Amino acid sequence: MGIRLEKAWMDLNSETIASLPAQLGVYHVADSQGTVLSVGYAGARHLFGIRTALEEELQLHGDEATKFRFEFTANYRSRWDELLMLHLYDHGQLPTHQQAEQSRIGRLSPN
Amino acid sequence: MDFSLNEEQQLIVETTRRFVQSEILPLEDHLDPDAGSLDPTDQDRLIAMTKSMGFYGLDIPEEYGGPGLNTTTRALMAIEMSQHRAGLYNPCYGVFGGAGLAQLYEATDDQKERWLYPTLRGEKKGCFALTEPSGGSDPARAIQTRGIKDGGEWVLSGSKLYISGADKADYALIFARTSDDPGRNGVTAFIVDTDTPGFHVRRVVHTLRATHYATELQFDEMRVPEENILGEVNGGFAIANDRLSRQRIPYAAGCIGPAIRAQEMSIDWAKNRETFGSPLAEKQAIQWMVVDNEIDIRHARYCVLEAAQKADSGERFRTEAAMAKLVATEASSRVIDRCIQIHGGIGVTKDLPLERWYRELRIRRVGEGPSEVQRLIMARDILGGSFK
Repeated sequence: MGIRLEKAWMDLNSETIASLPAQLGVYHVADSQGTVLSVGYAGARHLFGIRTALEEELQLHGDEATKFRFEFTANYRSRWDELLMLHLYDHGQLPTHQQAEQSRIGRLSPN
Repeated sequence: MDFSLNEEQQLIVETTRRFVQSEILPLEDHLDPDAGSLDPTDQDRLIAMTKSMGFYGLDIPEEYGGPGLNTTTRALMAIEMSQHRAGLYNPCYGVFGGAGLAQLYEATDDQKERWLYPTLRGEKKGCFALTEPSGGSDPARAIQTRGIKDGGEWVLSGSKLYISGADKADYALIFARTSDDPGRNGVTAFIVDTDTPGFHVRRVVHTLRATHYATELQFDEMRVPEENILGEVNGGFAIANDRLSRQRIPYAAGCIGPAIRAQEMSIDWAKNRETFGSPLAEKQAIQWMVVDNEIDIRHARYCVLEAAQKADSGERFRTEAAMAKLVATEASSRVIDRCIQIHGGIGVTKDLPLERWYRELRIRRVGEGPSEVQRLIMARDILGGSFK
């Protein structure tokens, strides 16, 4: 099983978000160049799961965020940590607004 | 055997209960249902509280600055500390402090300076790397990680599986085979800094515990100095057996807390929820489930306290500790299952903690020696011989 989130990117807009099921899971939000702006999760406290979480991302990033990819999972907490660790391994740092997480997460050397 | 609490124990139990109810439960209302940690500000504030209460570092031996609780009092606290959503695996979110790896209390003075004391000061974290892909219930025979002596160093190669906290650890206690003996006499324990070249955390292993993961480790010709051996060469497996048995008791006690809380929730629910014109509490089917819960909870509590009292009195307690672990994990699992049944639909939602306890308790029947290994331990003692 691949450990990276490598699903196809989708356009990030209200119409696409509304078409998603209200499930729990993890996601990447990126700009038009494919730079990941957020590694996030939709948890049980998001009223409509991934829909609510992605709406919050739209509010946070505005027009800069243009696409997303997601994975449904009930293990959204541990999978989120895993994706953060993978991002740190691949890029050397977390997305700007998530750098506080760096002191909390562990480290992987997956290759 | 007298299971009544003395005055000091009564005070400690009541204080712990109040702490959970007034400090932990209100914070938990605002956390993700699968959260495993508090906001750092809250964490620091509550640690300051437990320190001022004299309860920080519960499992640290008194000679190292711990509060000097006996096993019975520690078990009673474990029952109280686990009565919240995250309580099974994160009792009070760790604000009562940890003790580090118990095996390090057997270390040399130099090793204590390098790893134990920094751990007790909260400066370093360790992880325990025993289980391998080849098995965990019989680790002495399953260990395939090899340690080969090369001058003043040992070269370790192999892998470990289901290791908790390795991705955040500063050091690992690694068990490796260092002789041709296929059993426990050929295993050595090494303390290894995780920044040692050749130490790799290869992947996260997701489990039923949605907030927590295990890891898979790989060691590629990792060079470890001779002075990092804990205990004797080929004597690693005998280290701290007494401590491992003793740890089994609070581990069992921690399973009882969620069962007690679930039972309280179910009683409230049964008295207030009406079906077919009367409260659930008036249905015999529900009454019997509540009674069976009470039997399971009391049975588990008696087993835990019996084991704890024997440990405190210096008697042999290996069978009692195994029985406590077996009974507490299985009885509490049954209690949570019945409580979900009593609650109906809401019982399986993340609105209530029951579904989390249900998932996490399933792991408790496997972790720290599965039920079958506990039975094996008891059978060896009861029948008076070691089975091959």
